Amino acid sequence: MLELKNISFNAEGERGKVEIVRDITLTVPDNKFIVITGPNGGGKSTLAKLIAGIEKISAGKIFWNGSDITDMSITERARLGIGFAFQQPVRFKGLTVLDLLRIAAGKPIKIDKACEYLSEVGLCAKDYINREVNASLSGGELKRIEIATVLARDVKLALFDEPEAGIDLWSFNNLIRIFENMQKSDKERTIVVISHQERILNIADEIIVLADGKVEKQGTKEEILPEIIGTKYAAGACYKLKEGAGENA
Amino acid sequence: MLKMDPVQMQLIREIAELHDVPEGAYNFRANGESVGRNTTANIDIQSKTEGSGIDIRIKDGTKNESVHIPVVISESGITETVYNDFFIGEDCDVLIVAGCGIDNCGKQDSEHDGIHRFYVGKNSHVRYVEKHYGSGDGMGKRILNPVTEVYMEEGSSMEMEMAQIKGVDSTERATVAELKKDAKLVVRERLMTHGEQTAISTYKVSLNEDGSSADVVSRSVARDRSYQKFDACIIGNAACSGHTECDSIIMDNGRILALPALEANSVDAALVHEAAIGKIAGEQLIKLMTLGLTEAEAEEQIINGFLK
Repeated sequence: MLELKNISFNAEGERGKVEIVRDITLTVPDNKFIVITGPNGGGKSTLAKLIAGIEKISAGKIFWNGSDITDMSITERARLGIGFAFQQPVRFKGLTVLDLLRIAAGKPIKIDKACEYLSEVGLCAKDYINREVNASLSGGELKRIEIATVLARDVKLALFDEPEAGIDLWSFNNLIRIFENMQKSDKERTIVVISHQERILNIADEIIVLADGKVEKQGTKEEILPEIIGTKYAAGACYKLKEGAGENA
Repeated sequence: MLKMDPVQMQLIREIAELHDVPEGAYNFRANGESVGRNTTANIDIQSKTEGSGIDIRIKDGTKNESVHIPVVISESGITETVYNDFFIGEDCDVLIVAGCGIDNCGKQDSEHDGIHRFYVGKNSHVRYVEKHYGSGDGMGKRILNPVTEVYMEEGSSMEMEMAQIKGVDSTERATVAELKKDAKLVVRERLMTHGEQTAISTYKVSLNEDGSSADVVSRSVARDRSYQKFDACIIGNAACSGHTECDSIIMDNGRILALPALEANSVDAALVHEAAIGKIAGEQLIKLMTLGLTEAEAEEQIINGFLK
Protein backbone atom coordinates (compact mmCIF):
# COMPACT_ATOMS: atom_id res chain seq x y z
CA MET A 1 0.00 0.00 0.00
CA LEU A 2 1.24 3.48 -0.90
CA GLU A 3 0.65 6.26 1.61
CA LEU A 4 1.45 9.91 1.06
CA LYS A 5 1.41 11.97 4.24
CA ASN A 6 1.29 15.76 4.01
CA ILE A 7 3.63 15.91 1.03
CA SER A 8 4.56 19.20 -0.60
CA PHE A 9 6.84 20.09 -3.47
CA ASN A 10 8.15 23.56 -4.19
CA ALA A 11 10.05 24.63 -7.28
CA GLU A 12 11.99 27.80 -7.94
CA GLY A 13 10.20 29.82 -10.64
CA GLU A 14 10.86 33.20 -12.20
CA ARG A 15 8.79 34.85 -9.48
CA GLY A 16 10.38 32.94 -6.64
CA LYS A 17 9.08 29.81 -4.92
CA VAL A 18 6.15 28.05 -6.57
CA GLU A 19 4.11 25.43 -4.75
CA ILE A 20 3.45 22.61 -7.21
CA VAL A 21 2.15 20.03 -4.72
CA ARG A 22 0.47 21.34 -1.55
CA ASP A 23 0.16 19.20 1.52
CA ILE A 24 -1.31 16.13 -0.15
CA THR A 25 -2.33 13.18 1.98
CA LEU A 26 -3.72 10.15 0.25
CA THR A 27 -3.70 6.38 0.32
CA VAL A 28 -3.48 4.21 -2.77
CA PRO A 29 -4.92 0.76 -2.03
CA ASP A 30 -3.20 -2.40 -3.32
CA ASN A 31 -4.02 -4.09 -6.63
CA LYS A 32 -6.27 -1.31 -7.86
CA PHE A 33 -6.31 0.62 -11.12
CA ILE A 34 -6.13 4.29 -10.17
CA VAL A 35 -6.37 7.18 -12.60
CA ILE A 36 -5.18 10.64 -11.58
CA THR A 37 -6.72 13.42 -13.64
CA GLY A 38 -7.10 17.16 -13.38
CA PRO A 39 -6.23 20.38 -15.21
CA ASN A 40 -2.86 21.07 -16.80
CA GLY A 41 -0.39 22.40 -14.28
CA GLY A 42 -2.30 20.79 -11.42
CA GLY A 43 0.71 18.79 -10.21
CA LYS A 44 -0.16 15.32 -11.56
CA SER A 45 3.14 14.50 -13.28
CA THR A 46 5.08 15.98 -10.39
CA LEU A 47 3.19 13.77 -7.95
CA ALA A 48 4.12 10.65 -9.95
CA LYS A 49 7.76 11.75 -10.07
CA LEU A 50 7.77 12.33 -6.31
CA ILE A 51 6.51 8.78 -5.74
CA ALA A 52 9.23 7.35 -8.03
CA GLY A 53 11.92 9.51 -6.41
CA ILE A 54 12.72 11.45 -9.60
CA GLU A 55 11.84 14.64 -7.74
CA LYS A 56 12.49 15.07 -4.02
CA ILE A 57 9.62 16.21 -1.82
CA SER A 58 9.98 19.48 0.09
CA ALA A 59 7.96 18.28 3.07
CA GLY A 60 6.01 15.23 4.21
CA LYS A 61 6.54 11.46 4.16
CA ILE A 62 6.02 8.65 1.66
CA PHE A 63 5.38 5.10 2.88
CA TRP A 64 5.40 1.97 0.76
CA ASN A 65 4.01 -1.15 2.42
CA GLY A 66 4.58 0.47 5.80
CA SER A 67 8.23 1.45 5.17
CA ASP A 68 9.31 5.07 4.99
CA ILE A 69 10.81 5.55 1.53
CA THR A 70 10.97 9.36 1.69
CA ASP A 71 14.77 9.49 1.61
CA MET A 72 15.31 6.57 -0.77
CA SER A 73 16.92 7.06 -4.17
CA ILE A 74 15.25 6.30 -7.51
CA THR A 75 17.24 3.05 -7.67
CA GLU A 76 16.24 1.91 -4.19
CA ARG A 77 12.56 2.60 -4.87
CA ALA A 78 12.82 0.77 -8.21
CA ARG A 79 14.26 -2.23 -6.41
CA LEU A 80 11.28 -2.20 -4.03
CA GLY A 81 9.03 -2.69 -7.06
CA ILE A 82 8.06 0.84 -8.05
CA GLY A 83 8.03 1.34 -11.82
CA PHE A 84 7.68 4.54 -13.81
CA ALA A 85 6.78 5.02 -17.48
CA PHE A 86 7.86 8.39 -18.82
CA GLN A 87 5.55 10.78 -20.62
CA GLN A 88 8.37 11.42 -23.10
CA PRO A 89 10.23 8.10 -23.44
CA VAL A 90 14.00 8.46 -23.45
CA ARG A 91 16.01 7.47 -26.52
CA PHE A 92 19.32 5.63 -26.36
CA LYS A 93 21.84 5.42 -29.18
CA GLY A 94 23.18 1.89 -29.37
CA LEU A 95 20.89 0.22 -26.80
CA THR A 96 18.45 -2.15 -28.47
CA VAL A 97 14.90 -2.94 -27.39
CA LEU A 98 16.19 -6.31 -26.16
CA ASP A 99 18.98 -4.62 -24.14
CA LEU A 100 16.46 -2.35 -22.47
CA LEU A 101 14.06 -5.21 -21.67
CA ARG A 102 16.96 -7.20 -20.19
CA ILE A 103 18.00 -4.26 -18.02
CA ALA A 104 14.36 -3.88 -16.96
CA ALA A 105 13.99 -7.57 -16.10
CA GLY A 106 17.21 -7.38 -14.08
CA LYS A 107 18.36 -10.72 -15.45
CA PRO A 108 19.44 -12.14 -18.81
CA ILE A 109 15.96 -13.05 -20.09
CA LYS A 110 15.64 -15.17 -23.21
CA ILE A 111 14.49 -13.64 -26.48
CA ASP A 112 11.12 -15.41 -26.37
CA LYS A 113 10.42 -13.88 -22.94
CA ALA A 114 11.29 -10.41 -24.27
CA CYS A 115 8.99 -11.09 -27.21
CA GLU A 116 6.13 -11.82 -24.80
CA TYR A 117 6.44 -8.34 -23.29
CA LEU A 118 6.48 -6.76 -26.74
CA SER A 119 3.43 -8.76 -27.79
CA GLU A 120 1.63 -7.53 -24.66
CA VAL A 121 2.05 -3.96 -25.89
CA GLY A 122 1.00 -4.87 -29.40
CA LEU A 123 4.37 -4.80 -31.12
CA CYS A 124 5.45 -7.55 -33.48
CA ALA A 125 8.45 -8.77 -31.56
CA LYS A 126 10.66 -9.88 -34.41
CA ASP A 127 10.49 -6.45 -36.04
CA TYR A 128 11.56 -4.66 -32.90
CA ILE A 129 13.71 -6.85 -30.68
CA ASN A 130 17.01 -5.81 -32.30
CA ARG A 131 16.04 -2.23 -33.13
CA GLU A 132 17.92 0.54 -31.41
CA VAL A 133 15.83 2.64 -29.04
CA ASN A 134 16.75 5.76 -31.01
CA ALA A 135 15.16 8.45 -33.15
CA SER A 136 14.23 5.90 -35.85
CA LEU A 137 11.28 4.78 -33.70
CA SER A 138 8.02 6.74 -33.79
CA GLY A 139 6.42 8.30 -30.72
CA GLY A 140 3.82 5.52 -30.52
CA GLU A 141 6.44 2.79 -30.84
CA LEU A 142 8.60 4.35 -28.14
CA LYS A 143 5.61 4.68 -25.87
CA ARG A 144 4.77 1.01 -26.20
CA ILE A 145 8.39 -0.01 -25.62
CA GLU A 146 8.38 2.24 -22.55
CA ILE A 147 5.33 0.38 -21.22
CA ALA A 148 6.98 -2.97 -22.05
CA THR A 149 9.97 -2.03 -19.85
CA VAL A 150 7.59 -1.53 -16.92
CA LEU A 151 5.86 -4.88 -17.63
CA ALA A 152 9.25 -6.64 -17.84
CA ARG A 153 10.12 -5.45 -14.34
CA ASP A 154 7.17 -7.20 -12.76
CA VAL A 155 6.56 -4.18 -10.54
CA LYS A 156 4.19 -3.94 -7.59
CA LEU A 157 3.37 -0.29 -8.28
CA ALA A 158 3.37 0.91 -11.90
CA LEU A 159 3.18 4.66 -12.54
CA PHE A 160 2.28 5.82 -16.06
CA ASP A 161 2.71 9.51 -16.76
CA GLU A 162 0.22 10.54 -19.48
CA PRO A 163 0.71 7.50 -21.69
CA GLU A 164 -1.53 9.02 -24.37
CA ALA A 165 0.64 12.13 -24.82
CA GLY A 166 2.22 12.58 -28.21
CA ILE A 167 0.80 9.58 -30.04
CA ASP A 168 -1.48 9.25 -33.05
CA LEU A 169 -5.06 8.00 -32.96
CA TRP A 170 -4.18 4.53 -34.23
CA SER A 171 -1.57 4.05 -31.52
CA PHE A 172 -4.00 5.52 -29.01
CA ASN A 173 -6.58 2.80 -29.64
CA ASN A 174 -3.89 0.15 -29.16
CA LEU A 175 -2.75 1.86 -26.01
CA ILE A 176 -6.24 1.76 -24.50
CA ARG A 177 -6.34 -1.97 -25.23
CA ILE A 178 -3.01 -2.46 -23.40
CA PHE A 179 -4.40 -0.72 -20.32
CA GLU A 180 -7.67 -2.66 -20.52
CA ASN A 181 -5.65 -5.88 -20.55
CA MET A 182 -3.55 -4.70 -17.63
CA GLN A 183 -6.69 -3.86 -15.70
CA LYS A 184 -8.14 -7.32 -16.32
CA SER A 185 -4.85 -9.07 -15.50
CA ASP A 186 -4.84 -11.05 -12.27
CA LYS A 187 -1.30 -9.94 -11.46
CA GLU A 188 -0.92 -8.44 -8.03
CA ARG A 189 0.05 -4.91 -8.86
CA THR A 190 -1.24 -1.42 -8.34
CA ILE A 191 -1.48 0.70 -11.46
CA VAL A 192 -1.52 4.48 -11.29
CA VAL A 193 -2.14 6.24 -14.59
CA ILE A 194 -2.06 9.99 -15.12
CA SER A 195 -4.53 10.70 -17.86
CA HIS A 196 -7.29 12.94 -19.15
CA GLN A 197 -8.69 10.21 -21.31
CA GLU A 198 -12.29 9.21 -20.78
CA ARG A 199 -11.57 5.67 -21.99
CA ILE A 200 -8.80 5.27 -19.43
CA LEU A 201 -10.88 6.87 -16.67
CA ASN A 202 -13.62 4.45 -17.62
CA ILE A 203 -11.56 1.40 -16.62
CA ALA A 204 -10.42 2.92 -13.33
CA ASP A 205 -11.34 1.38 -10.00
CA GLU A 206 -10.70 4.74 -8.40
CA ILE A 207 -10.26 8.29 -9.69
CA ILE A 208 -8.27 11.11 -8.06
CA VAL A 209 -8.80 14.66 -9.32
CA LEU A 210 -5.81 16.88 -8.68
CA ALA A 211 -6.07 20.65 -9.12
CA ASP A 212 -3.81 23.45 -7.97
CA GLY A 213 -1.52 21.00 -6.22
CA LYS A 214 -4.28 19.55 -4.05
CA VAL A 215 -6.62 16.56 -4.13
CA GLU A 216 -9.94 18.01 -5.24
CA LYS A 217 -11.88 14.76 -5.43
CA GLN A 218 -11.15 11.12 -4.72
CA GLY A 219 -13.50 8.20 -5.02
CA THR A 220 -14.69 5.29 -7.08
CA LYS A 221 -15.18 5.66 -10.80
CA GLU A 222 -18.93 5.53 -10.25
CA GLU A 223 -18.76 8.46 -7.85
CA ILE A 224 -16.32 10.70 -9.68
CA LEU A 225 -16.70 10.07 -13.42
CA PRO A 226 -20.27 11.45 -13.75
CA GLU A 227 -19.09 14.72 -12.17
CA ILE A 228 -16.20 15.29 -14.56
CA ILE A 229 -17.39 13.72 -17.82
CA GLY A 230 -17.29 16.04 -20.79
CA THR A 231 -14.90 18.41 -19.03
CA LYS A 232 -11.18 18.76 -19.70
CA TYR A 233 -10.59 16.19 -16.96
CA ALA A 234 -12.22 13.42 -18.94
CA ALA A 235 -11.80 14.02 -22.64
CA GLY A 236 -12.42 11.87 -25.69
CA ALA A 237 -9.62 11.07 -28.10
CA CYS A 238 -10.59 13.81 -30.57
CA TYR A 239 -10.46 16.46 -27.88
CA LYS A 240 -6.98 15.33 -27.04
CA LEU A 241 -5.85 15.39 -30.66
CA LYS A 242 -7.15 18.92 -31.09
CA GLU A 243 -5.34 20.02 -27.96
CA GLY A 244 -2.04 18.56 -29.22
CA ALA A 245 0.42 16.49 -27.28
CA GLY A 246 0.37 16.40 -23.53
CA GLU A 247 1.51 18.62 -20.77
CA ASN A 248 4.57 18.77 -18.61
CA ALA A 249 3.19 19.72 -15.26
CA MET B 1 51.18 -25.08 -31.48
CA LEU B 2 51.89 -21.43 -30.96
CA LYS B 3 54.85 -20.45 -28.84
CA MET B 4 53.08 -17.98 -26.62
CA ASP B 5 52.86 -17.42 -22.86
CA PRO B 6 49.61 -16.88 -20.89
CA VAL B 7 49.88 -13.05 -21.01
CA GLN B 8 50.25 -13.17 -24.78
CA MET B 9 47.31 -15.58 -25.10
CA GLN B 10 45.18 -13.21 -23.00
CA LEU B 11 46.06 -10.34 -25.35
CA ILE B 12 45.14 -12.52 -28.33
CA ARG B 13 41.76 -13.22 -26.74
CA GLU B 14 41.15 -9.49 -26.25
CA ILE B 15 42.05 -8.38 -29.75
CA ALA B 16 41.02 -11.30 -31.91
CA GLU B 17 38.53 -13.17 -29.68
CA LEU B 18 40.58 -16.28 -30.35
CA HIS B 19 40.97 -19.02 -27.80
CA ASP B 20 43.00 -21.26 -30.04
CA VAL B 21 44.59 -21.35 -33.44
CA PRO B 22 42.04 -20.10 -35.96
CA GLU B 23 40.92 -21.85 -39.09
CA GLY B 24 42.33 -20.59 -42.35
CA ALA B 25 45.41 -18.49 -42.89
CA TYR B 26 47.15 -16.76 -40.03
CA ASN B 27 50.34 -15.11 -38.88
CA PHE B 28 50.90 -14.53 -35.17
CA ARG B 29 53.54 -12.05 -34.14
CA ALA B 30 54.75 -11.78 -30.55
CA ASN B 31 57.48 -9.51 -29.16
CA GLY B 32 58.80 -8.68 -32.61
CA GLU B 33 58.90 -12.11 -34.20
CA SER B 34 56.59 -14.50 -35.98
CA VAL B 35 55.47 -17.31 -33.65
CA GLY B 36 53.03 -19.14 -35.89
CA ARG B 37 51.93 -19.09 -39.50
CA ASN B 38 49.55 -21.01 -41.69
CA THR B 39 48.79 -20.60 -45.36
CA THR B 40 46.00 -22.14 -47.42
CA ALA B 41 45.61 -23.11 -51.08
CA ASN B 42 44.19 -19.66 -51.78
CA ILE B 43 45.94 -17.46 -49.26
CA ASP B 44 49.71 -17.15 -49.13
CA ILE B 45 51.71 -15.30 -46.47
CA GLN B 46 55.38 -14.48 -47.04
CA SER B 47 57.81 -12.48 -44.90
CA LYS B 48 59.12 -9.42 -46.64
CA THR B 49 62.65 -9.84 -47.96
CA GLU B 50 63.44 -6.27 -47.10
CA GLY B 51 62.29 -4.69 -43.86
CA SER B 52 59.84 -6.04 -41.33
CA GLY B 53 56.39 -7.35 -42.19
CA ILE B 54 54.51 -9.74 -44.43
CA ASP B 55 52.86 -9.90 -47.84
CA ILE B 56 49.45 -11.57 -47.91
CA ARG B 57 48.30 -12.67 -51.34
CA ILE B 58 44.73 -13.83 -51.86
CA LYS B 59 43.91 -15.59 -55.13
CA ASP B 60 41.11 -14.51 -57.47
CA GLY B 61 37.74 -16.01 -56.54
CA THR B 62 38.63 -16.84 -52.92
CA LYS B 63 35.40 -16.87 -50.95
CA ASN B 64 34.47 -17.39 -47.30
CA GLU B 65 38.04 -17.59 -46.12
CA SER B 66 39.76 -15.66 -43.38
CA VAL B 67 43.18 -14.31 -42.46
CA HIS B 68 44.15 -13.56 -38.86
CA ILE B 69 47.28 -11.49 -38.23
CA PRO B 70 47.30 -10.52 -34.55
CA VAL B 71 50.29 -8.85 -32.94
CA VAL B 72 51.10 -8.94 -29.24
CA ILE B 73 53.82 -7.28 -27.22
CA SER B 74 54.39 -8.38 -23.64
CA GLU B 75 57.93 -7.10 -23.07
CA SER B 76 58.60 -3.53 -22.01
CA GLY B 77 60.67 -1.38 -24.36
CA ILE B 78 59.85 -2.98 -27.71
CA THR B 79 59.43 -0.50 -30.54
CA GLU B 80 58.62 -1.77 -33.98
CA THR B 81 57.33 -0.65 -37.34
CA VAL B 82 55.77 -3.41 -39.43
CA TYR B 83 54.59 -3.26 -43.03
CA ASN B 84 51.80 -5.66 -43.98
CA ASP B 85 50.57 -5.62 -47.56
CA PHE B 86 47.37 -7.37 -48.63
CA PHE B 87 46.95 -8.17 -52.30
CA ILE B 88 43.35 -9.28 -52.72
CA GLY B 89 42.46 -10.74 -56.13
CA GLU B 90 39.24 -10.27 -58.09
CA ASP B 91 35.83 -11.63 -57.03
CA CYS B 92 36.93 -12.52 -53.51
CA ASP B 93 34.93 -12.45 -50.28
CA VAL B 94 37.23 -12.61 -47.30
CA LEU B 95 37.52 -11.69 -43.63
CA ILE B 96 40.74 -10.16 -42.35
CA VAL B 97 41.25 -9.86 -38.60
CA ALA B 98 44.16 -7.77 -37.38
CA GLY B 99 44.84 -5.96 -34.15
CA CYS B 100 47.47 -5.34 -31.56
CA GLY B 101 47.63 -5.93 -27.85
CA ILE B 102 50.35 -4.53 -25.64
CA ASP B 103 50.96 -5.56 -22.04
CA ASN B 104 53.53 -3.28 -20.49
CA CYS B 105 54.50 -3.83 -16.89
CA GLY B 106 57.90 -2.24 -17.25
CA LYS B 107 59.34 1.24 -17.25
CA GLN B 108 60.08 1.66 -20.93
CA ASP B 109 57.53 2.53 -23.58
CA SER B 110 56.31 -0.18 -25.94
CA GLU B 111 55.21 0.83 -29.39
CA HIS B 112 53.80 -0.95 -32.43
CA ASP B 113 53.32 0.96 -35.63
CA GLY B 114 51.53 -1.24 -38.16
CA ILE B 115 51.32 -0.01 -41.70
CA HIS B 116 48.62 -1.94 -43.56
CA ARG B 117 48.12 -1.56 -47.27
CA PHE B 118 45.13 -3.15 -48.97
CA TYR B 119 44.89 -3.58 -52.72
CA VAL B 120 41.33 -4.75 -53.23
CA GLY B 121 40.67 -6.37 -56.63
CA LYS B 122 37.66 -5.87 -58.88
CA ASN B 123 34.30 -6.88 -57.38
CA SER B 124 35.90 -8.24 -54.23
CA HIS B 125 34.41 -7.83 -50.78
CA VAL B 126 36.61 -7.51 -47.71
CA ARG B 127 35.58 -7.31 -44.10
CA TYR B 128 38.43 -5.98 -41.99
CA VAL B 129 38.34 -6.05 -38.19
CA GLU B 130 41.03 -4.36 -36.14
CA LYS B 131 41.11 -4.13 -32.36
CA HIS B 132 43.61 -2.42 -30.13
CA TYR B 133 44.08 -3.22 -26.49
CA GLY B 134 46.51 -2.30 -23.76
CA SER B 135 47.11 -3.73 -20.31
CA GLY B 136 49.77 -3.80 -17.60
CA ASP B 137 50.47 -1.32 -14.84
CA GLY B 138 54.05 -0.29 -15.57
CA MET B 139 55.25 3.28 -16.03
CA GLY B 140 56.10 2.53 -19.67
CA LYS B 141 53.52 3.74 -22.15
CA ARG B 142 51.56 1.59 -24.60
CA ILE B 143 51.66 3.29 -27.96
CA LEU B 144 49.98 2.24 -31.20
CA ASN B 145 50.19 4.25 -34.40
CA PRO B 146 48.44 2.36 -37.18
CA VAL B 147 48.46 3.51 -40.78
CA THR B 148 45.91 2.00 -43.14
CA GLU B 149 45.93 2.54 -46.87
CA VAL B 150 43.15 1.16 -49.02
CA TYR B 151 43.16 1.07 -52.81
CA MET B 152 39.87 -0.16 -54.18
CA GLU B 153 39.28 -1.34 -57.74
CA GLU B 154 36.02 -1.11 -59.67
CA GLY B 155 33.01 -2.65 -57.96
CA SER B 156 34.90 -3.66 -54.83
CA SER B 157 33.63 -3.12 -51.30
CA MET B 158 35.26 -3.01 -47.91
CA GLU B 159 33.82 -2.87 -44.40
CA MET B 160 36.28 -1.78 -41.75
CA GLU B 161 35.59 -2.13 -38.05
CA MET B 162 38.13 -0.47 -35.83
CA ALA B 163 37.96 -0.59 -32.06
CA GLN B 164 40.16 0.68 -29.28
CA ILE B 165 38.36 0.45 -25.99
CA LYS B 166 40.97 0.17 -23.25
CA GLY B 167 44.47 0.69 -22.11
CA VAL B 168 46.30 2.32 -25.04
CA ASP B 169 48.10 5.45 -23.83
CA SER B 170 48.70 7.12 -27.12
CA THR B 171 47.46 6.42 -30.59
CA GLU B 172 47.66 8.24 -33.85
CA ARG B 173 45.70 6.52 -36.56
CA ALA B 174 45.87 7.55 -40.19
CA THR B 175 43.60 6.03 -42.82
CA VAL B 176 43.78 6.84 -46.50
CA ALA B 177 41.46 5.35 -49.11
CA GLU B 178 41.14 5.75 -52.87
CA LEU B 179 38.09 4.37 -54.60
CA LYS B 180 37.43 3.61 -58.26
CA LYS B 181 34.12 3.18 -60.09
CA ASP B 182 31.26 1.76 -57.96
CA ALA B 183 33.61 0.92 -55.11
CA LYS B 184 32.13 1.17 -51.62
CA LEU B 185 33.87 1.77 -48.30
CA VAL B 186 32.16 1.53 -44.92
CA VAL B 187 34.10 2.42 -41.77
CA ARG B 188 32.88 1.96 -38.19
CA GLU B 189 35.30 3.23 -35.59
CA ARG B 190 34.80 2.82 -31.84
CA LEU B 191 37.04 4.50 -29.37
CA MET B 192 37.18 4.98 -25.62
CA THR B 193 39.95 6.89 -23.91
CA HIS B 194 40.53 7.33 -20.20
CA GLY B 195 43.18 8.57 -17.78
CA GLU B 196 45.65 10.81 -19.55
CA GLN B 197 45.33 9.05 -22.93
CA THR B 198 45.36 10.76 -26.28
CA ALA B 199 43.90 9.41 -29.51
CA ILE B 200 44.05 11.04 -32.90
CA SER B 201 42.24 9.56 -35.85
CA THR B 202 42.59 10.99 -39.34
CA TYR B 203 40.78 9.84 -42.47
CA LYS B 204 41.25 10.96 -46.04
CA VAL B 205 38.90 9.19 -48.40
CA SER B 206 39.03 10.05 -52.10
CA LEU B 207 36.03 9.09 -54.20
CA ASN B 208 37.70 9.25 -57.57
CA GLU B 209 35.23 7.68 -59.99
CA ASP B 210 31.50 7.66 -60.64
CA GLY B 211 29.35 5.50 -58.39
CA SER B 212 31.90 5.29 -55.60
CA SER B 213 30.70 5.79 -52.03
CA ALA B 214 32.02 6.05 -48.50
CA ASP B 215 30.41 6.03 -45.08
CA VAL B 216 32.81 6.84 -42.24
CA VAL B 217 31.26 6.76 -38.77
CA SER B 218 33.06 7.19 -35.47
CA ARG B 219 31.57 6.75 -32.02
CA SER B 220 33.76 7.65 -29.11
CA VAL B 221 33.81 8.24 -25.38
CA ALA B 222 36.40 10.48 -23.70
CA ARG B 223 36.68 10.03 -19.92
CA ASP B 224 38.90 11.41 -17.14
CA ARG B 225 41.44 13.83 -18.63
CA SER B 226 41.82 12.13 -22.03
CA TYR B 227 41.92 13.88 -25.38
CA GLN B 228 40.59 12.82 -28.77
CA LYS B 229 40.78 14.32 -32.21
CA PHE B 230 38.70 13.00 -35.09
CA ASP B 231 39.61 14.49 -38.43
CA ALA B 232 37.79 12.90 -41.35
CA CYS B 233 37.78 14.33 -44.84
CA ILE B 234 35.85 12.88 -47.74
CA ILE B 235 36.87 14.14 -51.16
CA GLY B 236 34.37 13.79 -54.00
CA ASN B 237 36.05 13.88 -57.39
CA ALA B 238 33.19 12.36 -59.43
CA ALA B 239 29.48 11.49 -59.26
CA CYS B 240 29.81 9.86 -55.87
CA SER B 241 28.26 9.87 -52.40
CA GLY B 242 30.01 10.31 -49.11
CA HIS B 243 28.92 10.55 -45.48
CA THR B 244 31.00 11.08 -42.39
CA GLU B 245 29.76 11.22 -38.82
CA CYS B 246 31.37 11.68 -35.45
CA ASP B 247 29.26 11.08 -32.40
CA SER B 248 30.91 11.45 -29.01
CA ILE B 249 30.16 11.26 -25.33
CA ILE B 250 32.33 13.45 -23.17
CA MET B 251 32.75 12.79 -19.43
CA ASP B 252 34.73 14.12 -16.46
CA ASN B 253 37.43 16.42 -17.86
CA GLY B 254 37.72 14.75 -21.26
CA ARG B 255 38.29 16.83 -24.38
CA ILE B 256 37.27 16.13 -27.97
CA LEU B 257 38.00 17.93 -31.21
CA ALA B 258 35.78 16.75 -34.09
CA LEU B 259 36.64 17.94 -37.57
CA PRO B 260 34.45 16.26 -40.16
CA ALA B 261 35.32 17.76 -43.53
CA LEU B 262 34.09 17.53 -47.10
CA GLU B 263 35.72 18.53 -50.35
CA ALA B 264 33.68 18.47 -53.56
CA ASN B 265 35.57 18.70 -56.82
CA SER B 266 32.64 17.56 -58.96
CA VAL B 267 29.18 19.07 -59.24
CA ASP B 268 27.73 15.55 -58.92
CA ALA B 269 29.44 14.73 -55.64
CA ALA B 270 26.83 14.29 -52.88
CA LEU B 271 28.59 14.72 -49.55
CA VAL B 272 27.22 14.99 -46.00
CA HIS B 273 28.85 15.32 -42.62
CA GLU B 274 27.55 15.27 -39.05
CA ALA B 275 29.19 15.74 -35.68
CA ALA B 276 27.80 15.72 -32.17
CA ILE B 277 29.53 15.89 -28.80
CA GLY B 278 27.65 15.80 -25.54
CA LYS B 279 27.51 14.39 -22.06
CA ILE B 280 25.21 11.54 -21.10
CA ALA B 281 21.69 12.97 -20.85
CA GLY B 282 20.38 13.12 -17.30
CA GLU B 283 17.06 11.63 -18.39
CA GLN B 284 18.86 8.57 -19.79
CA LEU B 285 20.43 7.95 -16.37
CA ILE B 286 17.08 8.51 -14.62
CA LYS B 287 15.28 6.10 -16.95
CA LEU B 288 17.76 3.30 -16.24
CA MET B 289 17.68 4.09 -12.52
CA THR B 290 13.89 3.64 -12.55
CA LEU B 291 14.67 0.18 -13.95
CA GLY B 292 16.74 -0.57 -10.84
CA LEU B 293 20.28 0.34 -11.89
CA THR B 294 22.54 2.57 -9.82
CA GLU B 295 23.82 5.73 -11.45
CA ALA B 296 27.23 4.14 -12.11
CA GLU B 297 25.62 1.00 -13.59
CA ALA B 298 23.38 3.16 -15.77
CA GLU B 299 26.41 5.07 -17.06
CA GLU B 300 28.19 1.83 -17.97
CA GLN B 301 25.14 0.49 -19.80
CA ILE B 302 24.77 3.71 -21.80
CA ILE B 303 28.46 3.70 -22.77
CA ASN B 304 28.52 0.00 -23.60
CA GLY B 305 25.47 0.40 -25.83
CA PHE B 306 26.88 3.49 -27.49
CA LEU B 307 30.16 1.76 -28.30
CA LYS B 308 28.65 -1.60 -29.24
